Amino acid sequence: MNPAVRLQHVQVGYGPNTILRDLSLEVPGGSFFIIIGPNSAGKTTLAKTLAGQLRPQQGTVEILGRPLASYSRRALARRVAVVPQYTPIDVPFTVLEVVLMGRSPHLTLAGLETRRDVEIAGDAMAATQVSHLAHRRLNQLSGGEIQRVIIARAICQQPQIIILDEPTASLDLAHQVHIMDLLEQLKESRGFTVIMISHDLNLAAMYADILLLLHQGQVAAQGEPAQVLTYDRLEQTYGCVLLVGDNPLMQKPQVTLVPGRMLARTQKYLLKNSQRSSSSTAPPGDGQGMPAQGIGNES
Amino acid sequence: MNLTPPRLLQRLLRVSLGLGLVLLASLVVGLLWGSSTTDWRLCLRALVGLDTQDDVLPAILWQIRFPRVVLAALVGATLSLGGLVFQALLHNPLAEPYILGISGGAAVGAIIGILLSLAPFPGVAALAFLGSMGVMLVVIFLTPRETGDNKNALLLSGVMVNALCTALILFFVTMTQDARLHNILYWLMGDLSVALPKQIFALGLLVFPCFLTIFLLARPLNLLYLGEEQAGYLGLNVAGVTYLLLGVTSFMLSAAVCQSGLVGFVGLVVPHLLRLWLGPEHRILVPACILGGGAYLVWCDLLARVLPSQGELPVGVITALLGAPLFIVLLQRSRL
Repeated sequence: MNPAVRLQHVQVGYGPNTILRDLSLEVPGGSFFIIIGPNSAGKTTLAKTLAGQLRPQQGTVEILGRPLASYSRRALARRVAVVPQYTPIDVPFTVLEVVLMGRSPHLTLAGLETRRDVEIAGDAMAATQVSHLAHRRLNQLSGGEIQRVIIARAICQQPQIIILDEPTASLDLAHQVHIMDLLEQLKESRGFTVIMISHDLNLAAMYADILLLLHQGQVAAQGEPAQVLTYDRLEQTYGCVLLVGDNPLMQKPQVTLVPGRMLARTQKYLLKNSQRSSSSTAPPGDGQGMPAQGIGNES
Repeated sequence: MNLTPPRLLQRLLRVSLGLGLVLLASLVVGLLWGSSTTDWRLCLRALVGLDTQDDVLPAILWQIRFPRVVLAALVGATLSLGGLVFQALLHNPLAEPYILGISGGAAVGAIIGILLSLAPFPGVAALAFLGSMGVMLVVIFLTPRETGDNKNALLLSGVMVNALCTALILFFVTMTQDARLHNILYWLMGDLSVALPKQIFALGLLVFPCFLTIFLLARPLNLLYLGEEQAGYLGLNVAGVTYLLLGVTSFMLSAAVCQSGLVGFVGLVVPHLLRLWLGPEHRILVPACILGGGAYLVWCDLLARVLPSQGELPVGVITALLGAPLFIVLLQRSRL
């Protein structure tokens, strides 16, 4: 499948601070592409670059086979919709009005929204389950509801690529699953290319066709979730100890955080054992993740 | 799913028609009511050309009152539209037409014109216009581009340049001791008493294209409510639209302020009042501010003319006396 996005040797920064360094990658069209990585890895900078908000200092960015720079703002907005990390909450417009703003790139400067535009907005609101809020003002909604409205607005843009910066961060569990299912469904039924930033590694593992692990502005790993989410790589990138096991529901990796107090106990246990006998220094566990045995046994 | 379409066009027509009638009624009342005669029936007869056995009254109505009420309507429309645009662009409910230093620049220009004993039109008006546009360009030039928050940087630059202009104004006022001081003070308080037909014509020629441009940019103003980043994601050329709106709005405000002096509070109160009534949709608010702001200043000017038993008040005194309490009531009724 043709790449929806292609980056070649891209360098992006804010003034003298370089964030993305010599980044090259391809996002296949119609794929669910999830970007993970620790804070300051350059995930949001990458999303803003793909959305045309930041210009690369070096390298080329292609969207749907054309250089990004060749698109006008309106033309780009007809192809790429963005759900940003933060939305101002003091917006006095109703939900319907905000979702209809997604039709802006399809309208002329003074053009009025038609009945067809309202229908498209209605479908988008139904898909994100905010239809019942249509005539409520955005500044009267909760954070999770606002997030779903902004996703509805992005769907209303009828793009080919949708970029979401941590869309599930402020949602409860049910709505997290609902939004991820919805994005998967949009990918399947409408051929959307979904590019999403997430800190939730398990959600990312469950839904992503391709995972991109960013670290210090460079690609640390890219591929299927099982290839990317390995214990060594995650420990090296995130600088913390995790367990990587199997998801009991599907053939996907599952990451478990290890609380600091349990880690301290384990270290104490290992230290004690190493002092007792030099012949039994091998740590418990299989070497893949954190040693399951030993944690919590020493109380 | 059954959604009610916003019916924007119908709302636009309804609001424009309603406020247009209010403005028309205000203009007629402003024409018929004045200090020289209180008999409105006589004025009405003179207005439609019926014999009143009085040559003075038609002259008062057509040569003095008519240009004055039209000037009040144009200035009121411009000020309230300017306030609306600046509040949306700067994302600041306290933004008013003078916040970026237009008033200071215009005042310095006008005072220099008065001190040079130039005629109110075109001399003083031209210098006031040049002063306000000059200050506006300085404010835009002084605003750092890479601060990350251009709106606040623009606001702060405007406040600082305005403060500098205020110091200059005070210097000029302190140094002036003859009759020109009275002219300066009247100009600073807002004065519509000198209105000439050619003045109205020139002002209309300058502001109507600006009204049309701002109306065409009303939907982008809605998008800017979501913040510059999101407006950009929706296909808006944010920098282009912002600078175009800043330029057009400053131009029309300079054109109005140089004719009327510093009429305060109109640009603050009228947009908030209309937003409270009509909602945040700028495609409705732009024509509403033009018509409603025009009507509001016609009434304020009427009060400035008829309230004192002798002479008249500067219209800026009335707009401040009405505007401040009205704004407090608005503040109580809504979270601005």
